[in-house]
Amino acid sequence: MLDIAYMGELVPVIAGYVPLTLFMAVVAMAAALVLAAILAIVRVLRLPVLDRIVAVFISFFRGTPLLVQLFLFYYGLPQLLAFMTNINGVTAAIFGLTLHFAAYMAESIRGAILGVDRSQWEAAQSIGMTQAQLLRRIILPQAARIAAPTLMNYFIDMIKSTSLAFTLGVTEMMGAAQKEAAGSFLYLEAFLVVALFYWAIVEVLSVGQRRLELRLGKAVAR
Amino acid sequence: MSCEIRIDGLVKRFGGSTVLNGIDLHLKPGERVAIIGPSGTGKSTLLRCLNFLDRPDEGRITLGDLSLDAARAHRDEILALRRRTGFVFQNYALFANKTARQNIMEGLTTVRGWPEAKAGARADAILRQIGLGDRGDSYPAGLSGGQQQRVGIGRAMALEADLMLFDEPTSALDPEWVGEVLDLIRRIAGGRQTMLIVTHEMQFAREIADRVVFMEGGRIVEQGPPDRIFGAAEDERTRAFLRRVG
Repeated sequence: MLDIAYMGELVPVIAGYVPLTLFMAVVAMAAALVLAAILAIVRVLRLPVLDRIVAVFISFFRGTPLLVQLFLFYYGLPQLLAFMTNINGVTAAIFGLTLHFAAYMAESIRGAILGVDRSQWEAAQSIGMTQAQLLRRIILPQAARIAAPTLMNYFIDMIKSTSLAFTLGVTEMMGAAQKEAAGSFLYLEAFLVVALFYWAIVEVLSVGQRRLELRLGKAVAR
Repeated sequence: MSCEIRIDGLVKRFGGSTVLNGIDLHLKPGERVAIIGPSGTGKSTLLRCLNFLDRPDEGRITLGDLSLDAARAHRDEILALRRRTGFVFQNYALFANKTARQNIMEGLTTVRGWPEAKAGARADAILRQIGLGDRGDSYPAGLSGGQQQRVGIGRAMALEADLMLFDEPTSALDPEWVGEVLDLIRRIAGGRQTMLIVTHEMQFAREIADRVVFMEGGRIVEQGPPDRIFGAAEDERTRAFLRRVG
């Protein structure tokens, strides 16, 4: 049977690592959003040369496993680049998560930008807006509404993917559960507790997602 | 606010076909010109080229001291031209993420760099002028077609453009809203705003225009005062068109 009392003891231990997990997810998400928006704009505007580079970037980071990318950043690249020698696990994880998710998110932001009606571009051009102004003031806000549900799903995926940081020696929620289990041999209990933690975080976020979508949707509601 | 406008030898090609085949048109300050003609004849393309929504291939566009060679126009020249021409779209094309008031303010704050308060005051004045003083906070999705088009006109009015371009402003409207939009354009026309209006409303063109231009096949076939064009057109093509539209 499950050792409920032991699971109860684990709760505060794992809870102590929630901030680190959220920190990695939030920082990587923020960075990935900015990068993805830039990548998407490069693709939508078909900027010469850059467009090709971005296409290869997206193809690589979508075409290889996140775990492989994290190992490349943490174990591989420091052998090549001296300044990366002292990279710590958290930094490498944030870096890897950012690039990986930016590649996916760039494609959904690109789709969302293309989903904004052509007339919105023309109207913005007609009053003399520059390309940067029309993207920032008119197109991206509307694309954000279109892309919000997908981006939120990526954020949820991002939170769960932070557990891979444990393979870079970072003690986050998953790493803590692993250490506890290794001491107590109660693997089922330890991993069940950590699973429940991830689940609870994602559920809380889903409530936030619905609120965000309502807010972004106010312009189209009558 | 008003200056001489000259369009010389404007040519626009799409793929292999020539949509505008050397358009010459001069507008005196405050002149109101209506463009009529069969569908697919380049009327809308002409307006869109004047705002570089479609880039003309050849020709010259001159607004007072601003003169652009279409083939070589630089980005800054195009922005300058757009800032001096207001465009009213057939499908309104209001910014969907902005309220009616914000739609009108946008060109003033973002493009002209006016402070919020000044732009807001101007937007409120325009909202009253277009009869929507109480709907400033509505988003486009919450407005009727006629109301949306009035905001579209208000957005163009805010720029105090040297030239206002109306691209079939009532064609997408339900019949019940056409009247209010035409009334508004009539009032703007009364203020001696230089305007170029593509329309299928012949009665309206006759009533507000100083001059009517008949286009067919990417060319200006004939132009003149409304009474002459509608009453005694010289070209058989003009007469045939006017018979068809009744």
